[in-house]
Amino acid sequence: MISPEKCIGCRTCELVCSFTKINAFNPKNSRVSVFSYDEAAVSVPMMCMQCEDPSCMKVCPTDAITKTADGLVEIDERKCIGCKLCVSACPLGNITFNSYEGKIVKCNLCEGNPKCAQYCPSGAIEFKEAAPGTMGRKKVIAEKFSELFGEVNE
Amino acid sequence: MMFGWTGNLLRVNLTDKTIKKEALCPKDAELYLGARGLATKIIMDEVDPKVDPLSEENKLIFMTGPLTGTFASSGGRYEVVAKAPLTGTIGASNSGGHFGPELKYAGYDGIIFEGRAEKPLYLWIEDDKAELRDASHLWGKNVFETTDMVLEETAEDARVACIGPGGEKKVLFAGVINDKNRAAGRSGLGAVMGSKNLKAVAVKGSKSIKVADPEGFMEACTDARTKLKEHPVTGGGLPTYGTQILINILNQSGALPTRNWRDGGIFEEAEGISGETLTEKYLVRNKGCFGCNIGCGRITRIPEGKFESFGEGPEYEAGWALGACCGVGDLEAVSKANFICNELGIDPITTGTTIACAMEMYEKGILTEEEVGRAIPFGDAEGLVELTRMIGHREGFGDMLAEGSYRMASKYGCPELSMSVKKQEMPAYDGRGVQGMGLEYATSNRGGCHVRGYLTSPEILGIPEKLDPLVTEGKAGWLKTFQDLTAVVDSAGICLFTTFAIGLPEISSMLRTATGINATDEEILKAGERIWNLERMFNIKAGFTAADDTLPPRLLKEPLQSGPAKGKVVELEKMLPEYYEVRGWGVDGVPTAEKLEELSIE
Repeated sequence: MISPEKCIGCRTCELVCSFTKINAFNPKNSRVSVFSYDEAAVSVPMMCMQCEDPSCMKVCPTDAITKTADGLVEIDERKCIGCKLCVSACPLGNITFNSYEGKIVKCNLCEGNPKCAQYCPSGAIEFKEAAPGTMGRKKVIAEKFSELFGEVNE
Repeated sequence: MMFGWTGNLLRVNLTDKTIKKEALCPKDAELYLGARGLATKIIMDEVDPKVDPLSEENKLIFMTGPLTGTFASSGGRYEVVAKAPLTGTIGASNSGGHFGPELKYAGYDGIIFEGRAEKPLYLWIEDDKAELRDASHLWGKNVFETTDMVLEETAEDARVACIGPGGEKKVLFAGVINDKNRAAGRSGLGAVMGSKNLKAVAVKGSKSIKVADPEGFMEACTDARTKLKEHPVTGGGLPTYGTQILINILNQSGALPTRNWRDGGIFEEAEGISGETLTEKYLVRNKGCFGCNIGCGRITRIPEGKFESFGEGPEYEAGWALGACCGVGDLEAVSKANFICNELGIDPITTGTTIACAMEMYEKGILTEEEVGRAIPFGDAEGLVELTRMIGHREGFGDMLAEGSYRMASKYGCPELSMSVKKQEMPAYDGRGVQGMGLEYATSNRGGCHVRGYLTSPEILGIPEKLDPLVTEGKAGWLKTFQDLTAVVDSAGICLFTTFAIGLPEISSMLRTATGINATDEEILKAGERIWNLERMFNIKAGFTAADDTLPPRLLKEPLQSGPAKGKVVELEKMLPEYYEVRGWGVDGVPTAEKLEELSIE
């Protein structure tokens, strides 16, 4: 689960992700990217959301992308031909073609122990279901809206 | 192939517009580590210490360290180094944000700028491509406008370091500002950049940084990150309140210099400009520099009124200089003045302290309302904001203030009112109440400065152990260790704030596993001592002597009138000879031939 309001924009996630995947530091090879918007007071870590109904899976001509039983959207590198259709299909832009590795890359949740969540200093990236307990967070965001609207009304 | 370091430098000659890629000397890298140390070594080799800092003979170096851009916590730092126009000493100024790491991802440890461009230029680096571009249309633009325009012309995900009008107009304390709000702020290196007609540097990189022992490095970084997270300062105070948390702490210690250091170390309106007030009333959110798990940065908004504004900060030193030092207790005015410093690219410490000096001169009748253009008693919030703007543009009396307090006060025959060392203004800790800081200011290689050996840490905060701030005994030895370790930290490419929670063993361990150098902790600390002595040698060759290792008479002769340090002056005469001795220098403050040989300094 991602909480942009907690993110401090430090990009520690990009560092640890690239290191986990390619054993070197390079944000351009990270499966997560942080976008900061100072005026709106949010930074947004962007990564594969492991969609329930993945567009990437639907367009893959070689059936290299599957949804596993525990919810992971997985790419089978042996089947992938690098056609990049999935890159175009992802509505969130969270699949990229990585020239360093010469293949399609996206977050695979580090096999159940995502390093970005482990090292995130502010708790903006957590590894848990965004299900029932999110009412509190909705309220935080709603309050931000109400502040903004309040300013407009004045 | 090198690990940690990229092994490449970029040499840019602005006079004939040539750009060359050079190999980093591995021996120098091991001896001087990176950033501050390595850049100083290059300046020492290539620049005559007697040159005019604003002449084309001076060089300007942007340098990262071996930990910059890696997983080392707060490894987002780089250093800007040149002979400094404010002091005439070596000038080295450190900054965070995201610019330094990006330079390494482009494949360079640093950039050496030499000569002077005929017309304004900016440098655009994208991996192996580097080009000088016309910057005539950017000249006159402030830091925010310049950054946005350069990003528009290059790449939206590039990183920009630039100067504002302050640097263009050679305000002697103009800084280099990267990522809009992060500053290599002190000693006037922005003026050096302006003198070279270099408006900005933009960089975008896609290469990887490899480390020698990935597993060991990850372990060392994780250990350091855990300690940072668990420490009350780096995991509690700084993330919660930012650096401004120090306002109340120093005020309670009676060491918050008030009204140009005239009224002692207690500011009666300190609460109003404290980190607690900032957090409660104006904080929008916290912000971390690259790879940092402290996150002390503040994004703040003054929502309405005559000081309505939005930006980053103020940090403690800026909050103090523009606040307590000017007698201004209005945080909205202080924040506004601080944002203007960032926009115009000037150092808020020297800005605030120079205005404070002018305020005292005004109250003494040395400066008149007619001369300044307005009455400027202490506490004048509007005057503070207006004068800050005028300094950045060298407008009206701002032209005089832009020379710094020492040159201004000297011109009016009252240099004793300048609270500076080697012509650079001292920051926010009254040495009369924190004796070790007094010695630190007197011996700092870049003049009045708190981040060359931060003895406030043991003397006030009790880290790593509590020292009595009013005692002089033993401070010389502590200071040497702190100065040497700080040189290591700055040169490694990590943030000095990490040293609240980690020390030499953790930093050495990260350096060894990142670079593969086979050095003991002691040898790494020795590199810090080497850097310190090299800086000292630069200053000696520039003409500085032991007579310059002193403090303003106010700190040596006027005892504090109240608070825990009541009746105290800085007992420099007790500490300085001991300091020279522990440093292995002669009584004249010059490193001995044996010391230089021991440190392999030629």
